[in-house]
Amino acid sequence: MLSEQLVDLSRLQFAVTAMYHFLFVPLTIGMTWILVIMESVYVMTGKTIYKDMTRFWGKLFGINFALGVTTGITMEFQFGTNWAYYSHYVGDIFGAPLAIEGLMAFFLESTFIGLFFFGWDRLSRRQHLLVTILMAVGTNLSALWILIANGWMQNPVGAEFSYVTMRMEMVDFWAVLFNPDAQAKFVHTVSAGYVTGAMFVLSISAFYLLRGRDVEFAKKSFRIAAAFGFASICSVIVLGDESGYTVGEAQQTKLAAMEAMWETEPAPAGFNLIAIPNEKEMKNDFAIEIPWVMGIIGTRSLDKQIPGIKEIREKNRERILSGMEAVVALEALRKNPADAAMKAEFEDHKADLGFGLLLKKYLVDVRQVTPEILEKAVADTIPKVTPLFWSFRLMVAFGFMMLGLFGAALVYSLKGNFADKPWLLRSALWMLPVPWLSCELGWFVAEYGRQPWTIYGVLPTHMSVSTLSVNSLYGSLAGFIGFYTLLLIVEMYLMVKFAKQGPGSLGTGRYDNELAHA
Amino acid sequence: MLDYPSLKIIWWLLVGVLLVGFAIMDGHDMGVGTLLPFVGKNDVERRVVINTVGPHWDGNQVWFITGGGAIFAAWPLVYATAFSGFYWAMLAVLWALFFRPVGFDYRSKIDNPTWRNTWDWGLFVGGAVPPLIFGVAFGNLFLGVPFQFADNLMSTYTGTFWALLNPFALLCGVVSTAMITFHGAIYLMHRTDGAVYARSRTAMMLFGGLLLLTFSAAGLWLWQGIDGYAITSAVNPESLPNPLDKTVVRQAGAWLANYERYPATMALPAIAYAGILIAMLLAAQGATLAAFVASSFAILGIIGTAGASLFPFIMPSSSDPRASLTVWDSVSSQLTLNIMLWATVIFMPIIIAYTSWAYKVMAGKVTAAYIRENEHAAY
Repeated sequence: MLSEQLVDLSRLQFAVTAMYHFLFVPLTIGMTWILVIMESVYVMTGKTIYKDMTRFWGKLFGINFALGVTTGITMEFQFGTNWAYYSHYVGDIFGAPLAIEGLMAFFLESTFIGLFFFGWDRLSRRQHLLVTILMAVGTNLSALWILIANGWMQNPVGAEFSYVTMRMEMVDFWAVLFNPDAQAKFVHTVSAGYVTGAMFVLSISAFYLLRGRDVEFAKKSFRIAAAFGFASICSVIVLGDESGYTVGEAQQTKLAAMEAMWETEPAPAGFNLIAIPNEKEMKNDFAIEIPWVMGIIGTRSLDKQIPGIKEIREKNRERILSGMEAVVALEALRKNPADAAMKAEFEDHKADLGFGLLLKKYLVDVRQVTPEILEKAVADTIPKVTPLFWSFRLMVAFGFMMLGLFGAALVYSLKGNFADKPWLLRSALWMLPVPWLSCELGWFVAEYGRQPWTIYGVLPTHMSVSTLSVNSLYGSLAGFIGFYTLLLIVEMYLMVKFAKQGPGSLGTGRYDNELAHA
Repeated sequence: MLDYPSLKIIWWLLVGVLLVGFAIMDGHDMGVGTLLPFVGKNDVERRVVINTVGPHWDGNQVWFITGGGAIFAAWPLVYATAFSGFYWAMLAVLWALFFRPVGFDYRSKIDNPTWRNTWDWGLFVGGAVPPLIFGVAFGNLFLGVPFQFADNLMSTYTGTFWALLNPFALLCGVVSTAMITFHGAIYLMHRTDGAVYARSRTAMMLFGGLLLLTFSAAGLWLWQGIDGYAITSAVNPESLPNPLDKTVVRQAGAWLANYERYPATMALPAIAYAGILIAMLLAAQGATLAAFVASSFAILGIIGTAGASLFPFIMPSSSDPRASLTVWDSVSSQLTLNIMLWATVIFMPIIIAYTSWAYKVMAGKVTAAYIRENEHAAY
């Protein structure tokens, strides 16, 4: 059995590196389209200021992109280095979208980003715009394939377990591709990226306007960010991935946990606006409930029930007991693949194999299960309610705050007097960190809410890790934290320096605060 | 759908193609990074060196990422066992690679000699460490790696990081670093002029010679001093992958058996030697583009030689030889191999087409004048 400490440290390292990587990804995703918009206006109108906008915001985009690339390689490496059993067990399905991402998307994005920066004098206007568009398409396709892979972890469709190869194998590629979870996640995640890009441009433009410098440049940037941001935040909220939450069981469990829904209520269920969940007694000590709302959001209907935590636990108890039979049969089959009786037994319980493996956290031989261990395993199937409940609500609250800001920014942009509204500019400036916080919270809800599984219902987290020593993990974790802290300091320093410098950093001689020629 | 045995062989070849592609494309900018502090003596010269790969390093790095993804998808057991077994070696590669994106992008954004010099050495680390470690890892494949599988195919590595640094593996590390630096020096000659060109030419002769010497030495050592591995049970290429379902022994001369069995494979070391020599000759005469093509062939020959010697092994186990990973028993399912084949067949030509276009757009020498004109835009 793998030590709990090893599993916890592996999880911590993955969480730290993934959430760090996700500081840079949303901005990249969003900025690519903003650059496309700015450059399209340049190509259509021929006004140099739009070219300067593309180049200046592109410069900041580049500073961010460098760290996105740096930290992205970590993610790919880490499946192999720290999650070796996971890689073996589901690589047949999970590896394919990652490899296709490289072939179809990342090559495109990375090749054209080079021409985006270096090709201004060597390409015609239209050619350069095409380069920028292909870079944006590559970036977004990249997100699509990664979320197809991630969606499969939440809702593992199109695959079956083989006891000969001792792993999951793909049986239907199209099911993996068109996994409804993946589609919902893609739309929600890239929209959140667009919002992040828009907020970035909006805030920094507001900063210039508050200082009264580079006014034309800032005004034009602000308007584009306001319009793009408003459209994007509407997309995030309306097409929020809650629509996907009734699709798979993983999402039902996650939904029940993040809503602190202990009981299965008669449809349509109410929405807990605020609650104090009591995990021990499985009830809420206090709750303000809005009737009907949860049922309508969660099922898009008035009559479909949403299962509560207690009901899900009872179902899971049955599945663990059935899964135990599957594990016993599988272990016998590994020793003697010709055993027909065991084969039949295994086929009967195969669907619950993953639930049986939950017992492996406590037992080498699952047949020795006691009522106490069974109870622990059942409790394991529900992620911790309190952090999910509050993270989700905070994310939603931030979403509506941004809706308000972008709404106001758009209205006054249309009226044309936003530059005279210091309160609006100041709100835009102060809300700069909000999209990042929401993105991290959303990612946390999605991944923490999937626990105790890496692949829902298929492979428990505690079995997925590499058999490394705890000391190796301490060492690598310390290395990552050291490198990442250093990189963040350098990145923030440059980002702040160039954002403060403004378009003068292009050295064109057309702006305030020009960078002196060395 | 293609039959399983063909797919298994095709994927061995395709992983080879991706590795060779990685070494040719990402390799030349790693070579440039390795040479950077030595061929660039002042800031403008160093910026010249960096800007020869400035527009391309990012796209080239995707060869590496896609290679990793392809091994994950096509050989999941290899990906799992190698990456977790070589834990600290992999982390060293990863952390060395950290210096590249930030080194390229951030270096020239601040006009301070200490800042710039620090990133120059960062780019050196990012260029020199990965080929060195990949070479060392390859060397260890020939010696066998101490890992075994539990009944449920969970792998455990029982060696240490320091055990990887044995003399033969280190020699392979030098082969690999010399190959990449040689290739990078030729690329630099092609894209620069003046003093940088002259220093790159010296580096080309130096690393070309070193490559010839170390490649030959490694070959002799392999022939005389290292026991190979051989499968002794019957191989059924049709069978579903299960690495525990075979017997394997260590055998003197086994790593050279393929050259007897399939004499055509002798073309690979021949291509390696011819590639190195022709590249040196052409580069010395200033035919740099042709030399680059020749050194690309040299890379194909060298990596091909390593792969052909190991075939059908990918990663032999020294502690439990029957657990060795081979082309036959560490692959994905037939369906996945088939889908991945189609994805590669469709996208690889497209990638090569737009990468070529990007190089064409940026073609020509990077000069000191270019750097001065593009002070704020260039790297």
